[in-house]
Amino acid sequence: MAEYSAFSLLKNALSGNKDWKPAWRKPDPKASYDVIVIGGGGHGLSTAYYLAKEHGITNVAVLEKGWLGSGNVGRNTTAVRSNYLLPSNTRFYEHSMKLWENLSHDLNYNVMFSQRGCLNLAHTPAQLDDYARRGNAMRHLGVDAELMNVSEIKRLVPALDVSGSARFPVLGGLMQRRAGSARHDAVAWGYARGADRRGVDIIENCEVTGFLRDGDRITGVSTTRGEIRAKKVALAVAGSTGRVMQLAGIEKMPIESHVLQAFVSESLKPIIDTILTFGMGHFYISQSDKGGLVYGGDLDGYNSYAQRGSLPIVDEVMSEMLALFPGLARVRMLRSWGGLCDMTMDGSPIITTGPLPGMYLNCGWCYGGFKATPASGWCFAWTIAKDEPHEFNAPFTLDRFYRGLIIDDKGQGATPRLH
Amino acid sequence: MLITCPYCGPRDVIEFTYQGDGNRERPQPVSQDLDAWNAYVYDRLNPAGDHNEIWQHSGGCRAHLRVVRNTVTHEILSTAFARGGHKSAGHRTEGKP
Repeated sequence: MAEYSAFSLLKNALSGNKDWKPAWRKPDPKASYDVIVIGGGGHGLSTAYYLAKEHGITNVAVLEKGWLGSGNVGRNTTAVRSNYLLPSNTRFYEHSMKLWENLSHDLNYNVMFSQRGCLNLAHTPAQLDDYARRGNAMRHLGVDAELMNVSEIKRLVPALDVSGSARFPVLGGLMQRRAGSARHDAVAWGYARGADRRGVDIIENCEVTGFLRDGDRITGVSTTRGEIRAKKVALAVAGSTGRVMQLAGIEKMPIESHVLQAFVSESLKPIIDTILTFGMGHFYISQSDKGGLVYGGDLDGYNSYAQRGSLPIVDEVMSEMLALFPGLARVRMLRSWGGLCDMTMDGSPIITTGPLPGMYLNCGWCYGGFKATPASGWCFAWTIAKDEPHEFNAPFTLDRFYRGLIIDDKGQGATPRLH
Repeated sequence: MLITCPYCGPRDVIEFTYQGDGNRERPQPVSQDLDAWNAYVYDRLNPAGDHNEIWQHSGGCRAHLRVVRNTVTHEILSTAFARGGHKSAGHRTEGKP
């Protein structure tokens, strides 16, 4: 029987909710495992979950240097979408979308996935043409996309300034109706519980300080809680990829770590019933179920490991918000924070075997890692279990940069801060 | 974040444009060494700590600067003109214009 059900809720309510099992144990690390996953964020936890569920590999440890959910899985703006231009990205993110659509059932954990749509606003005729092209590319691969005109947009988001006197008048937009948002904490906790119940050890406050080697081969890790050996060591450390790879003796990667800020306003009554993106800058906004507006913009724009941002970007994000919604001028901002983004040279991720024997690498999520959480773990688990990539992640190699096979959806070239 | 431009003095970061990792070495234009070009275009040191980087004072004197900045604390440790042999600000005001 499912652990969470109407029956179990009722039963536990009657006993004062004192008998719930913790969602995951707090085990001490064993001396060795079949697989160690470094990084207890969304991707690491979903990797462990799918290793156990899809491939029967349960002798697995997930090592997390802080507490579970303290990194990017709790710092993102929770957008889930698959509206990409290039086929390899579209296929991968659409696989993720399909996993999202069944995730609450699969995990028996309500991740509050809400398919409220994602609307990219166009402000010039050329941009609208570009969106039509992207929409057609998506539909060609079986992903839903539709162009919306201004009056449809006005009906959907009445608070949006669609007048001709707006700073950048809206001419239309590209809508993906199946896009949406989810509760990011629940995603981390749901995957953690699912992995834990299948035998995976989730070890918190356990920072990797070095790698155990046998020649080139990685045979385990040394951590703040002792040495742990493993046949396979998998990295899912997002913004810390550079730091952890340097522990393995790899000095340079096609990655820069940048800081991205996110913001939440005070709670309002329902005003924005979709995820909206601004086409004349970099700004996106949605409304949480609690009523807070959740929004963000550009990276701060220079290498950073600080997990906090600077004021010029705050100013820029607020002015972009007011360009779209003049009526929000007096809404107060409640919180802001920063997360580390592992920006690759083409804006697409890396899920691959290697680069050292015994090592598996999952990184380069730029600022789009949350929506990828299910497919990232699913494909990474496949790659670890079978020692070869699934067709969905086969294009996302580390050596694509050196073989002329980059996947640059935005066409920005090797300038990570612009992706 | 304040960056001290050798010409203009301490200025707010919004006057500057980030040009990225200053450790990269551009091969000679005639070079056909693919590995060297790949490394120049794609590989980054990306340290958590002191980082040698290039900035342009695009909202000021437009000089390209070599800046050493800590990527964890955002402290600026040093700034200098990116190109060696640049005349200093003091130099310009000496002698005939």
